[in-house]
Amino acid sequence: MDFKLKDARPIWQQLADQMTESIVTGEYKPGERFPSVRDLALQAGVNPNTMQRALSRLEEYGLLVTSRTAGRNVTEDEETLRATRETLAEKRVKEYLDDMEKLGFSRLSAAEYAGKIQEEEK
Amino acid sequence: MNSGEIIVCSNLHRSFGKIKALDGVDLSVGRGRIVGLAAPNAAGKTTLIKILCGLLQPTAGQALIDGEQPGVYTKSITAYLPDRPGFPDWMKVQDSIDIYSDFFSDFNADKAGEICTTLNLDRNAKISTLSKGTKEKLQLMLVMSRQAQLYLLDEPLAGIDPAARDFMLHTIVAGYNEAGTVLISTHLITDVEKLLDEVIFMKEGQVLLHRSTDEIRETEGKSIDELFREMFRFEVWKGEE
Repeated sequence: MDFKLKDARPIWQQLADQMTESIVTGEYKPGERFPSVRDLALQAGVNPNTMQRALSRLEEYGLLVTSRTAGRNVTEDEETLRATRETLAEKRVKEYLDDMEKLGFSRLSAAEYAGKIQEEEK
Repeated sequence: MNSGEIIVCSNLHRSFGKIKALDGVDLSVGRGRIVGLAAPNAAGKTTLIKILCGLLQPTAGQALIDGEQPGVYTKSITAYLPDRPGFPDWMKVQDSIDIYSDFFSDFNADKAGEICTTLNLDRNAKISTLSKGTKEKLQLMLVMSRQAQLYLLDEPLAGIDPAARDFMLHTIVAGYNEAGTVLISTHLITDVEKLLDEVIFMKEGQVLLHRSTDEIRETEGKSIDELFREMFRFEVWKGEE
């Protein structure tokens, strides 16, 4: 996994966000074995404690499930995946609306604008 | 003894003539942590580390490693990377590995071999022919091949080019004993900040701040490097006048 850590938010949150994304976008498939803490920590160049904390968050959200053999697998629960995807979508849309507002568009016209661009792309 | 803090310093002082290198350091560091020791030059980092590994005696106060004063026992559980490597000229890389494996029962020769491969170190090379950066890699290889309880790394990245830095950090994360604590001193925080659980800022021989890095990011909304620059900015300007 290709981690990018830049902003001033806690590292574990940035890691958790990026791993959530990689699950939702299917980089890791439902039921697939997730890499170990140490491997992920090495890939991200972070401390294993930090990676552990990020993974715990994904477990809390039900995106990762710990199996009996002490490894972690991506959840096979479609509902969890769908809900997570929607949460991310909502966040993105809000960011879009906020950005458009800064450019002087009302939120409503910003939404219409998105529709217009989409029409043009057809 | 395997509980309690790995490092406890109380009211630690060390003077060199009139210069107070350490001026009342109180510090305790737990186990299984990666801790950054950040400070501008001449704030006392190296002096503190040298006391912890038993190379210097404090003028007053005390430092305890695993509950004991620096000595034979603490040296057996502490892996120290000096700020400048010192190897005799005649040695080959393999000789330094042999010495470490003779001296330290926690030295893992297999791991040393692995790290040599990763860092591209030639075991048959004569140490005196190595570049400054390669000598630092060699030193890091020796230190990280130990299963120590405390790793004291004094400026491990100082002479390393940016491309090799990631390699070095990788070696530290891949190599350290997870039950152990790693103390990394640096004046370049950006390089190490994503590795750290905790950070200690020192100034003029005293501890200015000792906090969890997550907590700093959460409460200050800043990276550790930003906070460092902010806290030490005045010194920078004063220096330019």
